[in-house]
Amino acid sequence: MGGLTPTRAPIRWHELTVVEIIAESDHAKTIVLDRSGWPGHVAGQHLDVRLTAEDGYQAERSYSIASAPEDAHLALTVERIDDGEVSPYLAVELRQGDQLEVRGPIGGHFTWRVENGGPLLLVAGGSGLVPLMAMLRHRAARKTTIDTRLLASSRSWEDLLYREELTRMLGEEGLTMQFTLTRSRPPDWSGFDRRVDAEMLTLIGPRVSERPRIFVCGPTPFVESVADALVDIGHPPSAIHTERFGPSG
Amino acid sequence: MAPISRGFHGRPRRDVDPARVPPGQYVVNDFPVLSAGPTPRTPLEQWSFAIGGEIAAKSTWTWEQFLALPAETFTVDIHCVTKWSKLGTRWTGVSLDTLLESVETEAGYVTAWCDGGYTTNLSLKDLSAGRAWIVYDFDGQPLEAEHGGPARLLVPHLYFWKSAKWVRGLTFTAEDEPGFWEQAGYNNHGDPWKEERYWGD
Repeated sequence: MGGLTPTRAPIRWHELTVVEIIAESDHAKTIVLDRSGWPGHVAGQHLDVRLTAEDGYQAERSYSIASAPEDAHLALTVERIDDGEVSPYLAVELRQGDQLEVRGPIGGHFTWRVENGGPLLLVAGGSGLVPLMAMLRHRAARKTTIDTRLLASSRSWEDLLYREELTRMLGEEGLTMQFTLTRSRPPDWSGFDRRVDAEMLTLIGPRVSERPRIFVCGPTPFVESVADALVDIGHPPSAIHTERFGPSG
Repeated sequence: MAPISRGFHGRPRRDVDPARVPPGQYVVNDFPVLSAGPTPRTPLEQWSFAIGGEIAAKSTWTWEQFLALPAETFTVDIHCVTKWSKLGTRWTGVSLDTLLESVETEAGYVTAWCDGGYTTNLSLKDLSAGRAWIVYDFDGQPLEAEHGGPARLLVPHLYFWKSAKWVRGLTFTAEDEPGFWEQAGYNNHGDPWKEERYWGD
């Protein structure tokens, strides 16, 4: 179970203070929360957010955790879904100093910690990068050189989450990153420019014989197609961890 | 009492009967997909369904034999632990009451097992009295692989992770043995009306 030690303690609600909001792209913001009282998490886990209106009406959604377990704050990155109910509130209305109710951490399958070892293959579609970023940040915080390959697909460079931080990570020993921009590209773009396919996945590696742990996260059609391609090139299905999300928001 | 979220009003409440939406859930019109790994694709000629474990006589059905069993078409609401509910979903399949009719056992629990290695545990009680089916048709069409086809378990009165996709068999056990998500932080029972989402709920 991804190395998560089962402690069957109740998962409770926490009221955390928003310490910062960072615009990541036109559609996505990172919400940085004070983590006092937060029980800690494993990279890849998610949490539930609950909003309460004055008339008592409540709405809950789940969001992946973007921060590493080692980070000083707890961070979520939320993509705004225009006809959504919770994501527009989080991405537009929420401000520094507000309180946010969260419950977690949740999920013991789509998780990675340094002790689980590598090599690692991380494949992200759009905001599916969020839980994989928690893994990359965890890897960086622990200063490990575990062979890690990231393949991130985004519509454009401006839509790519954490692009400055990822660019800074480029020099880390053992870390290889490739990006594919499916809709528009900067004039000097030398990365991939098409949807993720078997050829791209073979090129990124690691090879099947190296038995990588694989994490794929993104919209359902992206994950379906990437997971199928990984099986086709010979990776065992049991090594492929997936997390899919639909357009509900 | 939960604190008020400053500036949150919720969207105009949709035209749904609140009595059909369990606490913490919201209604969707699409059909989200959640699975822990790749979608398995077993050819129908290799597919079989088995009932075994601690019972007097084991049974298996081929795909053709399974389709020949008495089927029901019914409409139910489904509730996923990730918060979405989908109302009025129409399925066709075989009631567990039909499949378990001739099973003689003292065992009170069942592990559903699937292509891809997924498991989930249920009490025999939750599988009986017309509340559970093995379905192979959604909304008049063969069930798509990403939604669990060729056949999935359907137990709509529990959170949807109990409705195991790509189900291939049921194993009776004397003890209740937590399955895949039940070992990974999710509630052992999963009643949406009691909001039994996670461990300790």
